[in-house]
Amino acid sequence: MGVRLQNKVLVGTRKGLLILRRDAAGWTVESAHFEAIPVVYAMQDPRDGSLWASLDHGHWGGKLQRSRDGGATWQEVEAPKYPEGATCPPEFKTPATTSYIWIIEPGGADEPERLYIGTEPGGLFRSDDGGDSFQLVAPLWNHHSNKHWFGGGREYPGVCAIQINPRDSRHITVGISVGGVYVSEDGGESWEARNRGLFADYLPDKYAEFGHDPHIILASPSNPDVLWQQNHCGLFRSEDGGRHWQSISDKSGGPADFGFALALDEKDERVAWMAPAVSAEYRVPVGRALVICRSEDGGQTWQDLRQGLPQQHCYDLVFRHALDKRADSLAFGTTAGNFYVSGDRGDSWRCIANNLAVVYSVRFMRWAGA
Amino acid sequence: MAQVKFTPNLKRFFPDLCECSIEAATVAELVAACDQRWRGLSDYLIDETGALRKHVNIFIGDELLRDKRALSDAIAPETRVHIMQALSGG
Repeated sequence: MGVRLQNKVLVGTRKGLLILRRDAAGWTVESAHFEAIPVVYAMQDPRDGSLWASLDHGHWGGKLQRSRDGGATWQEVEAPKYPEGATCPPEFKTPATTSYIWIIEPGGADEPERLYIGTEPGGLFRSDDGGDSFQLVAPLWNHHSNKHWFGGGREYPGVCAIQINPRDSRHITVGISVGGVYVSEDGGESWEARNRGLFADYLPDKYAEFGHDPHIILASPSNPDVLWQQNHCGLFRSEDGGRHWQSISDKSGGPADFGFALALDEKDERVAWMAPAVSAEYRVPVGRALVICRSEDGGQTWQDLRQGLPQQHCYDLVFRHALDKRADSLAFGTTAGNFYVSGDRGDSWRCIANNLAVVYSVRFMRWAGA
Repeated sequence: MAQVKFTPNLKRFFPDLCECSIEAATVAELVAACDQRWRGLSDYLIDETGALRKHVNIFIGDELLRDKRALSDAIAPETRVHIMQALSGG
């Protein structure tokens, strides 16, 4: 059973979606979908096994696709739409339209028809009919701090992280890049910014209440009060659901600081992996060498994992949704179209593919089966 | 009736898309009428505010559509309308 769960991975790339499968001979590409179309994010809903993919057509706009047969066939689902009159933060002059679908996140196990979608220009959407239709979560979109949201890398802010507390589906943690961490404990009716302890060295007041840039936020599956965050300004961790954050960037001079992607251990809230780059202004791997960093003590110390990864002339970055973990396996894809897996928690790596397009997302399939 | 022709690239998503005659006074009406026949097609051409997507071009005769925000350009009877994709890289 454990082996079967780690057997497939969804890889969203600039030129389509790949489903990779591991069998006795190793990892192979099982199938390719949406050829030549950018696939921003793809995941499997662990509640019913359905596959979801977010497409970013250059010409025709962002689209959502759903497969209920493991990828054999796909159906286009109407993409979320902003309501009439909505305008883009922070100027609120340009009409808001769904310009990018960053992430698709299933609701809780006790709400099988609920899904969330995170979009640019900053809207969180919710479906209560299995994804057939989506509505904007207005209390977050209209939060009094929204004039402090702005684009980072893209034109407008994006909801790039959504975490549903497995102990209480009404407890939702969202990361807006750029905006900060927002938490609702009442199913999305009210929202509180939780950015204390973060800093934003691109703002006049780096300890401002809003305007932080969480690239990704993950809650520990074994203790969802523990949040890890890869921020534009380093690594942070919270043990109280985001009320207070501590900087956990490597203080010893190691590479674990700037980056985009994170992965957490399912069982041990102290264990995480990240993929470093030099800095926001210098976006290349540290020392031109590909490395994944692992902490086993809640971010107090970080260990470099390099075995099997190229250590020279390397320009690969790992985007925010392009690193994932399942049991002892980890997988990541890079901006240079390379794809690596580890079967021993990152101690050693194997290159599975070169010459892919830019990798945007890597997600193990998580359905336990009917 | 306007004669509407589509870029063949849209056939990937709407396999039975074909040249057709449509009764419409403006381009906005024409897009809405096309959506009646090929459900979801309008989402490929315009965004939720009704504005033309950035990388879509619509020609009325030989002229490019002028009102990309509301698609209010008038269509005279027997006009040929071409729905094309813009040139963009990547």
